[in-house]
Amino acid sequence: MPPVHRSVVYGWLRHDKKFPHVWCPGCGLGILLGSLLRALSQSGLDKNQVVLVSGIGCSGRLPVYVDVGSVHTTHGRALTFATGIKLAKPELTVITVMGDGDATAIGGNHLIHAARRNLDIKTVIINNQTYGMTGGQYSPTTPLGAKATTAPYGHIEPSFDISALSATAGASFVARSTVYHVTQLDQLLGQLIAKPGFGVVEVLSPCHTNFGRQNRLGSQIDMMLEFKKRGVRMERWQKLAPGERQGRYPLGVLVDRQQQSFDDSYQAMAERAAALRREKQP
Amino acid sequence: MARQRARLLQGNEAISLGALAAGCNFFAGYPITPASEITEIMSRELPALGHPFIQMEDEIASLGACIGASLAGKKAMTATSGPGFSLMQENLGYAAIAEVPLVLVNVMRGGPSTGLPTNVAQGDVQQARWGTHGDHPAIVLCPATVGQCFDLAVLAFNWAERFRTPVILLSDEVVAHMREKVALPAPEDVEVIERRQPTVPPDWYVPYKTDGSLIPRLASLGQGYRYHVTGLVHDERGFPTRRPDEVEPFYARLFGKISRHFSDLERVRAFELEDAEVVFIAYGCTARAAQAAVRIGREKGLKLGMLQLLTLWPFPRRPVEEALSGRRLALVPELNMGQISREVKRVNNGRTQVLRHGKMDGNMITPDELLNRLREVK
Ligand SMILES: Cc1ncc(C[n+]2csc(CCOP(=O)(O)OP(=O)(O)O)c2C)c(N)n1
Ligand code: SF4
Ligand SMILES: [Mg+2]
Repeated sequence: MPPVHRSVVYGWLRHDKKFPHVWCPGCGLGILLGSLLRALSQSGLDKNQVVLVSGIGCSGRLPVYVDVGSVHTTHGRALTFATGIKLAKPELTVITVMGDGDATAIGGNHLIHAARRNLDIKTVIINNQTYGMTGGQYSPTTPLGAKATTAPYGHIEPSFDISALSATAGASFVARSTVYHVTQLDQLLGQLIAKPGFGVVEVLSPCHTNFGRQNRLGSQIDMMLEFKKRGVRMERWQKLAPGERQGRYPLGVLVDRQQQSFDDSYQAMAERAAALRREKQP
Repeated sequence: MARQRARLLQGNEAISLGALAAGCNFFAGYPITPASEITEIMSRELPALGHPFIQMEDEIASLGACIGASLAGKKAMTATSGPGFSLMQENLGYAAIAEVPLVLVNVMRGGPSTGLPTNVAQGDVQQARWGTHGDHPAIVLCPATVGQCFDLAVLAFNWAERFRTPVILLSDEVVAHMREKVALPAPEDVEVIERRQPTVPPDWYVPYKTDGSLIPRLASLGQGYRYHVTGLVHDERGFPTRRPDEVEPFYARLFGKISRHFSDLERVRAFELEDAEVVFIAYGCTARAAQAAVRIGREKGLKLGMLQLLTLWPFPRRPVEEALSGRRLALVPELNMGQISREVKRVNNGRTQVLRHGKMDGNMITPDELLNRLREVK
């Protein structure tokens, strides 16, 4: 991807929104925002044709900073609002931004059904392994044994793999990256936006304020370096022996498949229905 | 007004036809007795008209999809019953605070929980008013006949668009499944109100700034007006705010846009009320029993009358006050333990004696039951 000039990024930033933003200094969400702005400015899309939809959480505050139609919905329900928007105006590019709790706890049902349905919605899930906004309680992606404000004795539940979950549920495109791997993240978000059907990009991001502090993971920079250490690009991942995969995770495109999208199926069904109507009442 | 040829229709059918006549072009729902017919009819009609229909994974998702579609310019509706209505409450509050027009049909059945899933009840009257958290205005309409199902469905859409607010159509199992012969108005005679759109160019657009009407002109998503919609209290530009000097006027406007139209919103129907000594204040299927009791009583020389509440919320205070004045007795029959009678008592203020007649056995109140009750009171 060619370097993107700053002014291009600023073109998609919402200028009438007051800054500074709401996030803690050093939070990965700012990096993701930058990535998304760059991917959007490279997408060739018209700002008026893009809608950004989020749930509730630190991640839910992201769309307000982007100069598109933005909808900050209820906790876990971004995909339901997005479904209505996309069905109402199929010509729009609808992107949702959700946290790990948002997308896989309270909104888990919507995630699997959106993936199964394969309506053309582009989904970015910020996985910081915690409920950032509410003070570091455990989420469905909090690792076994980790501390959380609601797991003071260590977390006893196994965690979800968001990408694997999305893939199994039927998403057309699934990718994972981190806010450390920014160049890759820019590219994957670009691919997500271009890909028809339901797509998910899982973005690992540090919440040093809550998850980091409780688990003595150091600064946000230390947490970013962990992403560097543990994240393995897909091409290399495939060559790793099972033993070498321990404690690490693949980054890059995990699933990319052609499937009939709900949009196309609906169009075809509506045409059949209209034809039947015309036959009945000539 | 020109009428179509009379047809035998079910209440749920009439709601669907009313919605379509009012321009409903989006439906998202989840099946539940006794509202499923509406979802089924919409699944048949909307695709054939080229509009979206979707059965979502639950009622939370259904209302979420309706809000999204409405923000994108559609006239959206969902239909449910008690358990699903409870699931919708959070997003209903979102629609109220973000001022998203839509119609929510709740066909009441016996509750709480799965209760009496195939029986009639009127237990959601207060849920329709106060079900979502936080204080907010509410508009709730309640039909008693198949014809009213159609008319109130049209009115619900018109008010949703006019006031930019969710409107609840509160039906019940009896009205929903009952069949009556009705002559619907000709399509061209149905008055349809469309939401007001911004007239200024996008650069000048301030989404929640209002003129004298207190009702914002919200552009549809994808129309060239890029703005922010949120469930947080927001300033005129739609951005979250906690400044008291912005929060207070926000709530004042949210309530004011409805309360200044109370006299128009408080719809009632009087039956033999003029010289009545005893008045029934009734709504939904129960109004049918009350009306029959009035007729039977009148034949026997009893001066009975009825005020049917077509609007339950805002509570039709003035019409009810008038209906109570100068009567010997007011009886409020309802299929709950007093959800509307407490409102009637609240506004009565010594005008007359108000008694409730609550019934919760899964069946309708009969006219005889009401006449017997009057005999006991005497
Ligand atoms: C229905 C409901 N339940 C609970 C909350 C409180 N709440 C707000 S954000 C949040 C969790 C956020 O975690 P996540 O989705 O991972 O987002 P993050 O803040 O970590 O980005 C919770 C529980 C809420 N707003 N609504
Ligand atoms: S609490 Fe965590 S996720 Fe939220 S802004 Fe702070 S660092 Fe980021
Ligand atoms: Mg989180």
